[in-house]
Amino acid sequence: MATTITKLDTLVGRKIKRKEDPRLITGTATYVDDIQMPGMYHACIVRSPHAAAHIRGIETKAALELPGVVAVYTGADVKDVGPVPCGASLPGLRVPHHHILAQDRVYYVGHPVAVVVARDRYIARDAVDLIEVDFDPTDAVADPEKALAEGAPAVHPQWPDNIAFNYHQENGEVDKVFAEAEVVVKQRITSQRLIPCSMETRGVVADYRSGEKALTIYSSSQIPHLMRSLVAGMLGIPENKLRVVAPEVGGGFGCKLNVYAEEALMGFIAIRTGKPVKWIESRREHMQATIHGRGHVDYYEIAARRDGVITGIKLKLIQDLGSYHQLLTPVIPTLSVLMMPGLYRCKTVRADIVGVFTNCVPTDAYRGAGRPEATHGIERMVDILAAELKMDPVEIRLKNFIHSDEFPYATGTGLMYDSGDYTKPLKTALEMANYNELRAEQTKARAAGRYMGIGLSTYGEICAIGPSPATPAGGWESATVRVEPSGTVTVLTGIKPQGQGEETTFSQIAADELGVGFDDVVVMHGDTSVVQYGIGTFGSRATAIGGTAMYLAIQELKTKIKRFGAMLLDSDDVSYANGRCTCNKSGKSVSLAEIAGAAHRAMKLPANTEPGLVASNFWEPPNFTFPFGAHIVVTEIDKDTGAIEIRRYIAVDDCGKVINPLIVAGQVQGGVVQGLGQALYEHGIYDDSGQLLTGEFMDYAIPKASMSPNIEMASTETPTPVNPLRVKGVGEAATIGCSPAVVNSVVDALSPLGVRHLDMPLTSEKIWKVLQGGRA
Amino acid sequence: MKKSITVTINGTKHTHDVEPRLLLIHYLREVVGLTGPHIGCETSICGACTVSVDGKAIKSCAMFAVQADGREILTIEGLSADGKLHPVQQAFWEEHGLQCGYCTPGMIMASKQLIERNPSPTESEIRHGLEGNLCRCTGYQHIVAAVKAAAAKMGA
Amino acid sequence: MIAQNFDYLTPVSLAEAFDLLNDPGAKVMAGGMSLIPMMKLRLAAPERVVDLRHVPGLNKIQQDGAMLRIGAMTTHHELESTPLVRAACPLLAQAAAAIGDVQVRNVGTIGGSIAHADPSADYPAALQALEAEIRIAHRGGERTVLAKDFFQDTFTTALEPNELIVEISVPLEAKCTGASYQKMLQPASGFAIVGIAARVSMDGGKVSMVRVGVTGLGGSSYRAANVEALLVGSEGSAADIGKAAAVVAEGIDANSDIHASAEYRAHLARVYTARALSAAIARAEAQ
Repeated sequence: MATTITKLDTLVGRKIKRKEDPRLITGTATYVDDIQMPGMYHACIVRSPHAAAHIRGIETKAALELPGVVAVYTGADVKDVGPVPCGASLPGLRVPHHHILAQDRVYYVGHPVAVVVARDRYIARDAVDLIEVDFDPTDAVADPEKALAEGAPAVHPQWPDNIAFNYHQENGEVDKVFAEAEVVVKQRITSQRLIPCSMETRGVVADYRSGEKALTIYSSSQIPHLMRSLVAGMLGIPENKLRVVAPEVGGGFGCKLNVYAEEALMGFIAIRTGKPVKWIESRREHMQATIHGRGHVDYYEIAARRDGVITGIKLKLIQDLGSYHQLLTPVIPTLSVLMMPGLYRCKTVRADIVGVFTNCVPTDAYRGAGRPEATHGIERMVDILAAELKMDPVEIRLKNFIHSDEFPYATGTGLMYDSGDYTKPLKTALEMANYNELRAEQTKARAAGRYMGIGLSTYGEICAIGPSPATPAGGWESATVRVEPSGTVTVLTGIKPQGQGEETTFSQIAADELGVGFDDVVVMHGDTSVVQYGIGTFGSRATAIGGTAMYLAIQELKTKIKRFGAMLLDSDDVSYANGRCTCNKSGKSVSLAEIAGAAHRAMKLPANTEPGLVASNFWEPPNFTFPFGAHIVVTEIDKDTGAIEIRRYIAVDDCGKVINPLIVAGQVQGGVVQGLGQALYEHGIYDDSGQLLTGEFMDYAIPKASMSPNIEMASTETPTPVNPLRVKGVGEAATIGCSPAVVNSVVDALSPLGVRHLDMPLTSEKIWKVLQGGRA
Repeated sequence: MKKSITVTINGTKHTHDVEPRLLLIHYLREVVGLTGPHIGCETSICGACTVSVDGKAIKSCAMFAVQADGREILTIEGLSADGKLHPVQQAFWEEHGLQCGYCTPGMIMASKQLIERNPSPTESEIRHGLEGNLCRCTGYQHIVAAVKAAAAKMGA
Repeated sequence: MIAQNFDYLTPVSLAEAFDLLNDPGAKVMAGGMSLIPMMKLRLAAPERVVDLRHVPGLNKIQQDGAMLRIGAMTTHHELESTPLVRAACPLLAQAAAAIGDVQVRNVGTIGGSIAHADPSADYPAALQALEAEIRIAHRGGERTVLAKDFFQDTFTTALEPNELIVEISVPLEAKCTGASYQKMLQPASGFAIVGIAARVSMDGGKVSMVRVGVTGLGGSSYRAANVEALLVGSEGSAADIGKAAAVVAEGIDANSDIHASAEYRAHLARVYTARALSAAIARAEAQ
C-alpha cells in the first residue's frame, strides 16, 4: 500500500505511488499504435517462411493492383540503405552485411523480404498474400553445436565454419591450478533461447515533412537517441533532421535496446511516399523477428580443494548468435565472462567464447543479458561441487564469498566490485526460510518417499552499465533540470523508462533536493527534440546513472538559486532548504517561485550570472555497480507426473540505497517470475530445419498468474560508493537470481536418484523421465 | 459488403458502416478512437484487449465489430467516466499493480468481472481468475494484492 | 491478425440458417472462439460467416425427465455457473470451468466447441463419459448422434456440411454417483495435454456404474470401455483403480508434440484416469 504524501516529508525511501499510473489505469496513455495521423499509410511485411533459401524472384504485380495498395518495396529498392547496425567491436569479428530487406538470400524464418504500403492495415495484410516469392530452399542449421560440426550447412557461404568470433580471457595460472586441484567438477550447462515477449510488440510510425526535410520516427524503444544517430546514418540524412520519439513503451526487457530493420524501413517509406506510415509488429512477428535472449551452451570446469575452496574456473561458451548481429549480439556473452566468478573470491579463470552463426533470429540483450547465463552457470557449479564434496550448499558459499572487508575487490575477470556484504542477504534469507527446519522436513519427506527440494542462489550482477570505455556507445547519462518561471520543475532525462517508474523516483529525488512538491516536478524523456542527447534505459542503469546526472544538475542549479536568493534578500549569507532561500542573519526568506520569477524577469542579475534557472549534467560513472542477493526456493515434485510445485520463494535483494520500496518490490517480483519462466516453462524452439515451433502465445508459455508463486521478500541495503545517490540498480537482479535457485532446488529434490544437473526448462515431462530412471 | 452497426460504448451510441472482418478491438481503437484496450497477441491468449460486452468481460480481438451490433460495451475509458477512479483502478494504483501499463486496461476489466462474480476471492481464485490476462512486468503479486484490496473496498 | 474478408449473415431462424448454409463457402459461427483466431491466422477463410446468435431457442438449459437438455449456443460460463447444471450434471460444469479463461468462457459455446472437435478440448471427455446425445438438425429433419459416434477424428465429427448442432443432452446424475474432470494443462494455451472425465456410482460398497471419457491423448476423444470393465463390480479401492487406469491408453495412437511426447501423454492418461476415478468415487461415497 502506497504512502500518502504530506508536505515537506522527505520522499526518498518511501512507498510513493507512481505518477505514471493515472494515465495507464484510465487507458489514456499514448503507445506507438495509438498514434493516428491524417492520410497515414500502413505497412505490412512479407517474411521468409524458410530458414535458408535463395530468392529467385519476387512477383508484386497482383499486390500492386489491389485497390488501396500504394507501393511494394523489395530488397532491390532499399539496397543502398545502410545496414542494420552492430555496435560490437571484438577483434576479428565477422559482420555479415545486414540489409533491411533480404537481397538474394534469406537466413532465418521471419527474415523480411518485402514490404507492402497501403491505405489501411487490412488491405496491407491482404496484399502480403498476393506477393509471390520464388524461394529455392537450402539446408539450414539451427543448433549452435551442430553448426560447428564438420560439414554443417554454412549460414553465410563466405564463412563455412559458421564462426563469427573467438574470444579468450584468462587470469592466473589456470593450467597449474587445475593440474594440482584436489577435486575438479565438470558440467555442460545450457541456457535456452528465450523470447522477450514484451506485452507491447515493437511498432514504428514515420512521418516526413518534405518542406523541412525533417523525419520523425516514433518507435517503441529503450534508446531513442542512439536510434536517432544510427537510423540517420542508415538513411543518409543529417542527424539533426531526424527526431526520434519513444512514447509510452509497453515493456522492453532488452528487446527494444536495439535498432531494427523496420525503423529505417519506415523512414525510407515515409520519405519515398511523403506520407506518414505505421507498422505494428504482430505477435507472430515478435516471436520470429525480434531478438531472442540467452542461447548458450556452456562447458564448465571448477577446480577446488577438498575443503570446498574454489581455486579455478574454466568456461567454454558456445553462443548461438543467430544469423546476423543486431546491435549488441556479440557483446552479450562477453558480459557472461565478466560475471563468471559470481560472488566468489577465486581469481584464476579462463574463458573461451565461440560465437556461432545459426539460421535463427539473432540473440541479443534480454533481461540480464549475459549475467543470468553466467550466474546460472556458477551457481549450478557451486552446487555440483558441494554435492561432490558432500557439503551443504550454504557452507560452500560462505567459504568462498568475498569478505565484506575486501571491497573494492578486483576480480579475475577485470572488474572492480564496489561494495558488498554477501553473507547478509544469505543469512536473512536462511532465517526467513527457517533453513534448518526445512532440511529436517526434507529428511522426513525423503524417508516418506517424497521429493522435496531446497535450492539457493547467491547472485551478483553488473549494474549501472556503465563506464563509457566498457560500452559500445558511451555509458554516461544526461539530465537537464529547469526551474520554470512559475517555480515548477522540469527534468529532462536521457533515460527511457518502459515501466520502471523513473518519473516517480526521479520526482522523489528532485522534490527532496529542491524542496518542491512531488507533483510540481515533471520528468520528460524519450523525445530527441525535447531532451538533450542521452543513452537510454538498459543494464539497470537508469537511476544509478541517469538519476545521478539529475542529482548533480540539481546541485549546480541550487548554487544559482542561492545566488539569486542572495540578491533578492540582499545578503551574502543564505541557505536553501524546503523550497526557500533564507538569509542566515535576518531569517528573511524568498520562495523558489519568487526566485524563479526574478531569474526569468531579469530586471536585475547577480554578478556574472545569466538569466534563467537551468543546469545540465552529463555524468560519466567511474565504475559499474554490483548488487547482490540470495534467493531460496522450496519445491516439491509430483512423483506421478513430474510436475514441480514452488512451495516457497524467498528473495532477499541488495540493490544499494532504495528510492521507492514499492517500485523495488515490483522489480523483484517481476524479475523472479521472468526467471521462473526460463527455469520452468519458456523455450524458443527451432526444429532441425530452422522452423520456429513456438511462434505464438498458444505454444510459448510465459508465466500466468496461476503459474507464479507468492514471493516472500526482504532487502538489505549496502550503499555503493560509485555514485552520490548510493543506488546500485534492481531491474535485472531477481531474474538473475531466480533460475539457478529454482534448478538447484529441483536438482536437490531429485538428488537421492543421483541427479546432479538438469537443463532448463524443467518441464514436467523432463522431470518424469528422470523419475523413470532416465538421467536427464 | 459493409454492415451498419449501432453500438453503445461507455454510454454513448455509435453508428458506423464496417467491414464484417473488422475486429472489435480495431473498431474501438481506430474507428471510435478509444485506444485504452490494447492488442498483445492474435490468438486470444493475452487479454490486453479485454472489454465488457453486455456486462461480460470478453477479448475484443476475438470478436468482430458486427457481432457487437446492438450491444453495450464498456472500455477502460468508461470506467472512470465521472472523473473518479473505479475502486479497481484505484487499487491498481495504490498497490503498484502495473509497470509498463500495457496489459493494465485488460487486467483491470478482467479484475472487475472477477470481483463482481466473486466478491471476496482468495489468492488462488484471483490467480486462476486472471488466467486470461498476461503480464510480463509485475510477476502478478501486486496485481493479486490490488484485486484483494479492491474487493475489500467494494464489499465494504 | 487480420482475417480475409467475408460476408456476415445473421439468420433469425433455423430454416434461414439452413438456406444460408447451402452455400459451400459458408461457415457457421457460434461463439467464434475457435473460428475467429483461425481466421485471423488465415488458417480459415470462409466466404460467408453465418452467425447463429439471433437464432432463437438455442441457449436454453432445461430438465426433461431424466435428461438435462442444453442448447448448443449455451456458453461455457453459463454451464459452469448455472445451479441446475452444477447440481444435476456436475461433470459438465467442471469441464466447462476447465476451459481456457473467463473471457473465452463468457463467449464460447458448447455447440461451437464440440463442432470444432479440437483433440485437446475439454468437453469431449465429459460428453463421452456422460454418453451424451447430440441432436443435429438439417433442413426438414433432425437426428441424434451419441458422443462416441460424434467425435470421429482430429477436427472431424459426424456433422454434415448442412447440419447444425441444436442441443446436447446428458443424463441427470443418479444418487450415489460422483464425477470428476481432471486435466494436465498445456501451460501456454490452457488446453488439455490430457483430460479425463470419470463418473462412478457406488452401490453397497461396490462400483455399480463407471464411465470414463478421455481427451487429448489421441486424434479424437473416446470412452475407455476397457477401464470401465475392469472397475465395475470392484470395491473401487486404490488398487482396483490403479489396475483399471493402467489400460486407458491401450490401443491408442497417442499424440506427440513439443508439449508432450506420446509416451508421456499415455502415462499422464493413466495418472489422470486414476485421479479422476478416485475423486469420483470419493464424491459418490460422500453422498
